Amino acid sequence: MMGSENDDEAHLHASTEDMENLFLRDDKSNSDPLSPHPITVATPADSDPLSASPQSKPNGGDSRSYIEPPSYADVIFSPFDDNSEINGSDDTHSSDYSLSRSPSSSVSSDYIKITVSSPQKEQETSTSMLSGGGTYITYLIATRTNLPDYGGGSEFSVRRRFRDVVTLADRLAESYRGFCIPPRPDKSVVESQVMQKQEFVEQRRVALEKYLRRLVAHPVIRSSDEVKVFLRVEGKLPLQASADVASRMLDGAVKLPRQLFGEGGGVEPARGGRDLLRLFKELRQSVSNDWGGSKPAVVEEDRDFVEKKEKMHDLEQQIINASQQAETLVKAQQEMGATMGELGLAFIKLTKFENEEAVFNSQRARANDMKNLATAAVKASRFYRELNSQTVKHLDTLHDYLGLMMAVQGAFADRSSALLTVQTLLSELSSLEGRAEKLEAASSKVFGGDKSRIKKIEEIKETIRNTENAKNVAIKEYERIKENNWSEVERLDRERRADFLSMMKGFVVNQVGYAEKIASVWTKAAEETSQYDRESS
Amino acid sequence: MESSTEQARNVMQSPRSPSSQPYLSASVTDPVKLGNGVQAYISYRVITKTNLPEYQGPEKIVIRRYSDFVWLRDRLFDKYKGVFVPPLPEKSAVEKFRFSAEFIEMRRAALDIFVNRIASHPELQQSEDLRTFLQADEEFTFLFQTMERFRFQETGIFNKKPADFMQMFRDVQSKVSDAVLGKEKPVEETTPEYEKLKHYIFELENHLAEAQKHAYRLVKRHRELGQSLLDFGKAVKLLGACEGEPTGKLFSDLGTKSELVSIKLQKEAQQVLMNFEEPLKDYVRYVQSIKEINLDKLMLTRSDKVGEAEIEYREMKAESEEATIRFERIVKRMNEEIVRFQEQKTEEMGVAFHQFAKGQARLANGIGDAWRALLPKLEAASSA
Repeated sequence: MMGSENDDEAHLHASTEDMENLFLRDDKSNSDPLSPHPITVATPADSDPLSASPQSKPNGGDSRSYIEPPSYADVIFSPFDDNSEINGSDDTHSSDYSLSRSPSSSVSSDYIKITVSSPQKEQETSTSMLSGGGTYITYLIATRTNLPDYGGGSEFSVRRRFRDVVTLADRLAESYRGFCIPPRPDKSVVESQVMQKQEFVEQRRVALEKYLRRLVAHPVIRSSDEVKVFLRVEGKLPLQASADVASRMLDGAVKLPRQLFGEGGGVEPARGGRDLLRLFKELRQSVSNDWGGSKPAVVEEDRDFVEKKEKMHDLEQQIINASQQAETLVKAQQEMGATMGELGLAFIKLTKFENEEAVFNSQRARANDMKNLATAAVKASRFYRELNSQTVKHLDTLHDYLGLMMAVQGAFADRSSALLTVQTLLSELSSLEGRAEKLEAASSKVFGGDKSRIKKIEEIKETIRNTENAKNVAIKEYERIKENNWSEVERLDRERRADFLSMMKGFVVNQVGYAEKIASVWTKAAEETSQYDRESS
Repeated sequence: MESSTEQARNVMQSPRSPSSQPYLSASVTDPVKLGNGVQAYISYRVITKTNLPEYQGPEKIVIRRYSDFVWLRDRLFDKYKGVFVPPLPEKSAVEKFRFSAEFIEMRRAALDIFVNRIASHPELQQSEDLRTFLQADEEFTFLFQTMERFRFQETGIFNKKPADFMQMFRDVQSKVSDAVLGKEKPVEETTPEYEKLKHYIFELENHLAEAQKHAYRLVKRHRELGQSLLDFGKAVKLLGACEGEPTGKLFSDLGTKSELVSIKLQKEAQQVLMNFEEPLKDYVRYVQSIKEINLDKLMLTRSDKVGEAEIEYREMKAESEEATIRFERIVKRMNEEIVRFQEQKTEEMGVAFHQFAKGQARLANGIGDAWRALLPKLEAASSA
């Protein structure tokens, strides 16, 4: 499913490619665009770079070169963040996000692959006041996996709309507080009005695919009920949609006394729960999600945590920067290839012209020289384009981690809000206890007791007991989230280390491979024109 | 730094050949910026080495500026009709202001090629104007500049009749409009050979201009890629500073290599500009200067179409015969020139292509070597 933009670009490339192909057909070119060659990237077992002599000039099919020309040699280059048409190939660097991506995991035979495709318009059936009679888009979400959690080897697919994804994300945020949950795609209401419908749908499809793939890359979240249900259960998504953050907080708050009193099932707030609900509503106001720009309501005393948070912030900044520079690099590589190709074509035309108009032998000789140059330029141009499409895949890792850094932010925010809950309950407790003390002191002054005051004291003591329990539960929750935070950050650091290493290696191997190919093309052209060598060396 | 075309000189130009063999060679060197502000200009040293009797001594050095070269070219162009007088580098009034080191060097190199081409041309090398240019001391330069203003004349202004002036003005007008519009006026008396040549030249210019355009862009692409790698390297280094080991060190190494590769690209950009794009541009200039000859030729044939009442029939007939003879001589010259031109161009372009290919191969090899140096560490870290 490609937007119209990509089609135009494809057509443009097609005609340029045709001209090049016509020209190169007689020439025994290295890369036959029709023969299927899967991309192979050198792994440690395949070739030791130290043993391969730096002087080796690989021709087509030479196994010492690092990268074979891919079957789609006339690859149509697409924008930096759009990998969709490359997903169909068998290359190992696709955005599969399967387990094999991180070398730190030992079980490399497990996989789960998700594809999002075939957007479809559907009619709103319910007569809800919100949408009554409108249309919405659904996407086909196909899963292929051999994870035991999903019942061994299986394939299944469901249709989901974007609203379902929002629900899934919200549910996960509640259930996995403290975890680094990948952020879901934006709702972007404005964009949907401004963009062309087709373009918007395609953009959303890509974003959904990326999101779901990231979700199932998470070792814990992939096994969650929410995700399983989302991927497997056909028809209406059986997850309760949360209306807003407030009730999400309320849900969480309500859980506490339920857990405490061992009550199951019902959603009725327990005794004293009403006060708690009010408390939490107020709490919601003071939770700030930024990185400490405004004065935080929570008092963070854990030095390690503060340090870690700052480090994460720095890291995020640098990843943003590197990601931007990577985009610029990719554009520059693209332009180099394009201009080299245009130069080649210009010389092809000159060659034809001189041959047609030739009166003197010197003209024919020159036409021949031009042909050699043109051939080299056209081939080099192709290599640049291939180099670039590979570079995109490797450096995309940087782009991915931007999303993951946001997930870390979310995890840290969960922790902060949990701590805030604890601190608020503590201060509430101390103020309640203060009030109780005052009442007792006042009531003791009245001889024989003060019936109304005593009743009040009883009520306050009840509230204190509930608040005390809530505080204990909140502390447990906070500790639990802290644990999650810690293990998640550890995991992320490990994975990031591995992913970045893999990215660097892939990038460098790619550069080396194509540099060799391009060098061989020009060396040949230099040999063909060696009669014009005028240097004394 | 010798230009590629200097090597293509014939034996007569080498000062090392036995003294009995006549030789003439010149070099344009040592550009020096003189004057201030708007009136600033570059002066060059022109060193002539020769054993020809017409010249003063084995070596002579004079100081010349761009407008002096223009004077020389115009004189040769007027006197040696049909000869492909080598082209000059563009005037580029804008760049002149900035006088970047690159611009100055490119101009110097182009002027050097210009003078040497004249010195190695069998007819042009015997020109008195060339001798003046190479030998006359500085007092004569003011004369050059004055005469430049009247360069559309052959003989002095004082010998012309009023009618001639009218015709000359009309011809200049038509020449200017032809040049501006890029059109050719239909002429009855041409040969199919000439037409073919004209068509060839016009088409060739289009093709060459396109190739040169892309060559120039390619230089820019080298620079842009270099810049992007530099920025990428810096960003990656900063990222490495945030990470622990071994990732941090690896990022740092990656960044350093990226910066190294960037330098290689910038260097190559310069080479491509000097050794590939410039020769192409020179080729375009050459072809454009050949086009100018055509217009001149038209001017000659038209002058006998003047129907002014003042010119008597007898005069007209004599002039017409003269014009035909001149025309035929010019055509003969042009045919010889074409052969020479084609051979020269094949040689010069061959050299340019070869250097370009060598440069690109050297660049790619250098880049490959640079990145390859990182692989051992990356491998080690992966398997750890």
